[in-house]
Amino acid sequence: MAMRILVGCKRVIDYAVKVRVKPDKSAVVTENVKHSMNPFDEIAVEEAVRLKEKKLASEILAVSCGPAACQETLRTALAMGVDRAIHVEVEGKDYETLQPIHVSKILAKIAKDEKIDLIILGKQAIDDDSNQTAQMTAAYLDWPQATFASKIEKENGSLQVTREIDGGLETLKTKLPSVVSADLRLNEPRYATLPNIMKAKKKPLDKKKVSDIGVDVKPRIQILSVEDPPVREAGTKVESVDELIEKLKTAGVI
Amino acid sequence: MFAGIQRTSLGFTRIFGASSIRFNSSLVIVEHDNEKLIPITLNTITAAKKIGNVTCLVAGTKTGAAVEQLKKIQGVSKILTAENEAFKGQLAESFTPLVLASQKQFKFTHILAGASAFGKNLLPRVAAKLDVSPISDVIEIKSPDTFVRTIYAGNAVLTLKSLDPCKVISVRGTSFEATKTEGGSAGIENAPDSDVKNDLSAFVKQELSKSDRPELTSAKRVVSGGRGLKSGENFKLLYDLADKLGAAVGASRAAVDAGYVPNDMQVGQTGKIVAPELYIAVGISGAIQHLAGMKDSKTIVAINKDPEAPIFQVADFGLVADLFKAVPELTSKLSK
Repeated sequence: MAMRILVGCKRVIDYAVKVRVKPDKSAVVTENVKHSMNPFDEIAVEEAVRLKEKKLASEILAVSCGPAACQETLRTALAMGVDRAIHVEVEGKDYETLQPIHVSKILAKIAKDEKIDLIILGKQAIDDDSNQTAQMTAAYLDWPQATFASKIEKENGSLQVTREIDGGLETLKTKLPSVVSADLRLNEPRYATLPNIMKAKKKPLDKKKVSDIGVDVKPRIQILSVEDPPVREAGTKVESVDELIEKLKTAGVI
Repeated sequence: MFAGIQRTSLGFTRIFGASSIRFNSSLVIVEHDNEKLIPITLNTITAAKKIGNVTCLVAGTKTGAAVEQLKKIQGVSKILTAENEAFKGQLAESFTPLVLASQKQFKFTHILAGASAFGKNLLPRVAAKLDVSPISDVIEIKSPDTFVRTIYAGNAVLTLKSLDPCKVISVRGTSFEATKTEGGSAGIENAPDSDVKNDLSAFVKQELSKSDRPELTSAKRVVSGGRGLKSGENFKLLYDLADKLGAAVGASRAAVDAGYVPNDMQVGQTGKIVAPELYIAVGISGAIQHLAGMKDSKTIVAINKDPEAPIFQVADFGLVADLFKAVPELTSKLSK
């Protein structure tokens, strides 16, 4: 049985950008800042495409929740080999307080409607650093979860997943349907080639309103402030190992 | 709602007078390996004590040793235990019904665990089942509903107010002191019965990295290497230095991706977060993602041959030098 796979794709500020906090401390500046697909989601997409190339998957569906610009992120996923995409429109104030609890409910609903067998998500988005969506999606569906995956193998009706845990690695078996979250070492995502980017423009991309899906996106948190972290005081350069040892002794750390 | 009481009686930035603590009770989900407590649990209990009455839930195939340690902790009022073969591997699918049964019986206002791989895996599943939005990796508890956490790899600090009735929180271990294991008088009881049968997932095996050095996230000193080490063999230079200092050894993502060291040694946004008294970064440029994992260290030393490396912007003491000369010299001079 070939699986139907759902991947989540979040549009985030590019990982290499140094973010700036707004002067009114309400959020970070996102206007005119380079955005791209969350790096962990690229890994999730790549894994789904590899499973399809191994003939273990029949169709890959990518979903992104957010403003219109998310469609660019979905086009990137389509260019990497995803078959079709759904953009769930969430705008303005709702988007500012959109959290994993909302996204996971949306993903769970779509997974049911689309008869998905495997959901692969990134382990965390590099903007909110929550690391929650995969676990919550699994909970809403009552599916097993395999988080922080560095290797995924399919065996009949189940998956064998190697996970990155604090002391090393762990292997689990989960029954399909399952939710997996991708860690950095799962794979090396491919670059979309120009012909594939052109082809991706013709692939289906459905737009849905969050109200069509029937998920309540009422805020669960109130953002009180977003501030710069404390700045470390500039240190000093030392000339030699001897001077370094002396400084460390003076500072009382050795 | 206690939030309202707190506003009027205390002002919202004051930390909890007795009047607000009385209304709060928290459940700490204990992380242990069936033989001992994992240290982050002690930091988590400190965070929980700031909120109110603390109950600890210990589940596993063997809970005796963890319970013995927990009994000694002052401020822990109750220990719930659940011992069952079904908890093998401490899978979220078997733990979640147990946490939900405990919550149903005792109606905690807060559920906490350390923000380790264990806590990060479990808590969001629990939160979803309670239909609340979990709060990850908090670095400060301002009041029972107001928390501080970092976003964008530690480059911004978010203060948020949770609007949910029950707060499900993972705690950054390095941001809270470990609670002392003395003066405790907790009562012990069996956790409420839950459906421990788990036919969704199964534990297969673990391969843990063996090391005699201190555990990375709780070590007082950490020596870390990056791409500048050039090979896995060269990490021996760092192991020698670390042994002299009684330090743990960490690594940048570049060193892990290059295969020099296993990935559980990675420090950074996607690896471990450390805040030791002394952090020595060797051959690490200091990318944003690495800094996210170590910039709260008390004293940072950088050894790098590139004077422009960003790591020097956060280092208290920087040495521009070839690490292959400087590190052995440092190791030998420390022994005198």
